[in-house]
Amino acid sequence: MSDDHRLRVTLAQMAPALGDRQRNLEAHRGWIGKAKATGAQLLVFPELSLTGYFLKDLVSEVAITRDGPEMQELASLSADLDLVVGAVLEEPDHRYFNASVYLSRGELRHIHRKVYLPTYGMFDEQRYLASGDRFRSFPTGYGRAGILICEDIWHLSTAYILSLQGVDLMICPSASPGRGISTDERLGTAESYALLCRTYAQFFTTFFLYCNRVGYEDGANFWGGSMIIGPNGDLIQQQEDADEALVSATLNLGDVRHERLSNPLLRDEKLELTVNELRRVWHERTREPY
Amino acid sequence: MNSAGSGMSAPANRTERAEFLPLAINPALVERILIGFIQDEVRKVGFQRVVIGLSGGVDSSLAATLAARALGPANVKGLLMPYRLSDPRSQRDAEAVVRQLGIDHEVVDISPQIDAYFARYPDAEPARRGNKMARERMTILYDQSWGWQALVLGTSNKTELLLGYGTIYGDMASAVNPIGDLYKTQVWQLADALGVPTAIVQKAPSADLWAGQTDEVELGFQYREVDRLLYYLIERRYSLAELEREGFARSFIDVVMGKVRDSQYKRRLPVIAKLSSRTIDRDFRYPRDWGH
Repeated sequence: MSDDHRLRVTLAQMAPALGDRQRNLEAHRGWIGKAKATGAQLLVFPELSLTGYFLKDLVSEVAITRDGPEMQELASLSADLDLVVGAVLEEPDHRYFNASVYLSRGELRHIHRKVYLPTYGMFDEQRYLASGDRFRSFPTGYGRAGILICEDIWHLSTAYILSLQGVDLMICPSASPGRGISTDERLGTAESYALLCRTYAQFFTTFFLYCNRVGYEDGANFWGGSMIIGPNGDLIQQQEDADEALVSATLNLGDVRHERLSNPLLRDEKLELTVNELRRVWHERTREPY
Repeated sequence: MNSAGSGMSAPANRTERAEFLPLAINPALVERILIGFIQDEVRKVGFQRVVIGLSGGVDSSLAATLAARALGPANVKGLLMPYRLSDPRSQRDAEAVVRQLGIDHEVVDISPQIDAYFARYPDAEPARRGNKMARERMTILYDQSWGWQALVLGTSNKTELLLGYGTIYGDMASAVNPIGDLYKTQVWQLADALGVPTAIVQKAPSADLWAGQTDEVELGFQYREVDRLLYYLIERRYSLAELEREGFARSFIDVVMGKVRDSQYKRRLPVIAKLSSRTIDRDFRYPRDWGH
């Protein structure tokens, strides 16, 4: 196996300061330096890593633009290793998105705008943010990748859509507040994410990187628990606690092929049937005049 | 230490208190989250210390225990603020907690100022006096927080916050409250697991506003009963019909729902007459941890 079949991946399980972009950018530099020193080739930051999560009216104040100096600065940090960074992105039409950007060799390579904005219970994202309208995969130096942000993965269709684009790697930056206490050793939220991530990895036969943040905002705790999962569903690495940490593993990228040979779920997937059936369901649901 | 739900050999009323499984907690997990909460919310706004009013009851004993573990005993100060009619046992219990945790403490008898004030209103009823005492204690805690460069740690649990069983701007006032999302029966479980003296965990909860007062007599129901109802009502959002099917008496449901509804104002900032397009807390919305 040659070296280009291996990927040293690192998740930066960190605690952004709420609404202080400059401080967070400095923190990013720090994590990038540490990750580089351990040979990381891809470093993933959590959702809204540059701004913090419960921003409310701060959204417009902490936003960056695609062509702005902040993005260029972030891109310049990706000269030696690929980065996934979370930010509020302001589009030219002044819509604000919860976005994760993929940066490589000094350039912006991909933007995912969070599609499913939770607006219930403790969440209020749709009050402040516009919703993304696509799930697109993109090429990286380490295979095809796709990004889903936090709540996106609670909708099973999202990972399915990426899967059919042939991704080797699903990346999920997250800012998941912990809740649901019981006699269990883990929070209810942590159990749900573990179930989702391992299910996606195993049944879409893809690597799955889950990078959750830590820290507290207005009393809400972010539970960490970042995970690196192999295409057979095995947990390769997990940060069990809610401390700031770099979570790393060396992936054998050939494992996607190995897994798909022994478990050809993707080969047997019936895209046309799925599309036809979904179209039929859609027609039936929209057929009634009122 | 005893973990909730595992104590087959624990005294009868402890297991009895933990018997409602949906509100049983993993104390180690909750302790970890709450200790992190205190460390984070206190330190990131530039403080190292907290002051806390110690009543000798389980809520403030638990909050102090969590604070001492989170910040170190040297960074926690307990204020014991008895009134001359307070049960002497309350102060003894609070002092036991102070000794156990190795925290600093101070006793401030509030009788002189309370009596001086009510000399004008000799007919004031106990509840009015109790509210005044709660607010007197609050002003002392906030003064101490200034003098000691500390934040005031809250001690209201979820059951009393929901029922409005507390004094607005009195014992309900604080900067940071680690136990406000724990029902009373969960407070008992966590306090027990963290080694709060058994006598404190097991004694009848009391606001100690007058001799022999207990919460459960004054409220007219047991915490175990009301926590069970609140679980279905608040956490699970059961309908009235579903609650009755669950075995709760309609009269009990009505009383509790009424208390929750009628005390909503206590859980909110004062209502502001709206005039501009960005009114504070309505459409001027910033996180409390803004910039931290």
